[in-house]
Amino acid sequence: MAEDNKSGFFSDLFAPVGGFGVTFATMFRKVYTEEYPEEKRPTQKRFHGRHQLNRHPDGLEKCVGCELCAWACPADAIFVEGASNDDTPFEDGGTGRFSPGERFGKIYQINYLRCIFCGLCIEACPTRALTMTNFYELADDNRADLIFTKDQLLAPLQEGMVQPPHPMVAGLEERDYYLGKVVSGTEAQREYVAAEVVADVAADVARAEEGDA
Amino acid sequence: MGIEEKLPAGFLLTTVEAVAGYMRKSSVWPATFGLACCAIEMMAVGTPDYDIARFGMERFSATPRQADLMIVAGRVSQKMAPVVRQVYDQMPEPKWVISMGVCASSGGMFNNYAIVQGVDHIIPVDVYLPGCPPRPEMLLNAILVLHDQIQHSKLGVNRVKAARAAEAAALAATPTSLMAPTHDHLAHVGALVAPAGKNLLA
Repeated sequence: MAEDNKSGFFSDLFAPVGGFGVTFATMFRKVYTEEYPEEKRPTQKRFHGRHQLNRHPDGLEKCVGCELCAWACPADAIFVEGASNDDTPFEDGGTGRFSPGERFGKIYQINYLRCIFCGLCIEACPTRALTMTNFYELADDNRADLIFTKDQLLAPLQEGMVQPPHPMVAGLEERDYYLGKVVSGTEAQREYVAAEVVADVAADVARAEEGDA
Repeated sequence: MGIEEKLPAGFLLTTVEAVAGYMRKSSVWPATFGLACCAIEMMAVGTPDYDIARFGMERFSATPRQADLMIVAGRVSQKMAPVVRQVYDQMPEPKWVISMGVCASSGGMFNNYAIVQGVDHIIPVDVYLPGCPPRPEMLLNAILVLHDQIQHSKLGVNRVKAARAAEAAALAATPTSLMAPTHDHLAHVGALVAPAGKNLLA
């Protein structure tokens, strides 16, 4: 049996340094290191990153304030408080319409120091209002800033969207939003928001003049 | 610490601060220390695939006495808390702490009697990192955030002044019970346009 392991004179001689050959050869191999801050390797398409609250094509929010996401959350990371949409004009004390239908999510907070990115909230959402993005760079130096509020979570306005509050597209009802009949904000909605801004400015001016007098 | 703590405030001290910050952030050695599943991702950061050595973290220090950075990777149980504190106390100044993952940062989904609800109950934390567990890139991002903090940290009299200012600000802060609601749609009556949200694609 001993003769089987017998090797030649030269292989015995170079055996101690043979290992360095591996090290040397490695220098010419492809580098697999991800150069993170400069070149980011893309995540998988369905990566569970931070959340986003989506909008309908006319800018109204998709969230109906049902709190199903908060109920589904195993870590109790989500806080939602719904409120009723109100089509009464602002002059008459109305509070405005933010989503089609009856209710909208008035307060929406996600605590990213509790959230485990499991995606159960996304599965629970009946209107696809809550989805996840591929964004993951969330490190911060205090706990308070990692509680994201609705203004941070809401999707930015895309082209054709009008900043709520504004009424639904004229002649359509809530279900039409889910049947894809709304493709973008209408001129009437834009005018409504513009008139609102003008009224707000006028009110501000009136208040300032009152202060002067 | 050393002579830099004795320098008078002025351009000399700020120069020393900049140089010391640069040197310190370029050689932060983490303590070999993992508590749970986050530690697996922390180890992944040490592999050639992510290569923590690119940031001057040449190796995980085998003893806390040679470590500068404590990465609390995983949930801290009540039983483990004194051990974590002892490891922290054994580290020499200056030292930093990254709270990696939601369990270390706030207790995460383990809101129960066995888990410390945030490691900042027992040691001061410099960077909080969400995720369950955070992917290696997220930890690298947290390390870069920490580098930024180290670069801008103060020394000597400036440090004392910064600490005083931080304490004064903390004392003057509004208690959460008195804070205004975080999001109020009625704000449009006062402010003209509600914030449109952060663009994540930008």
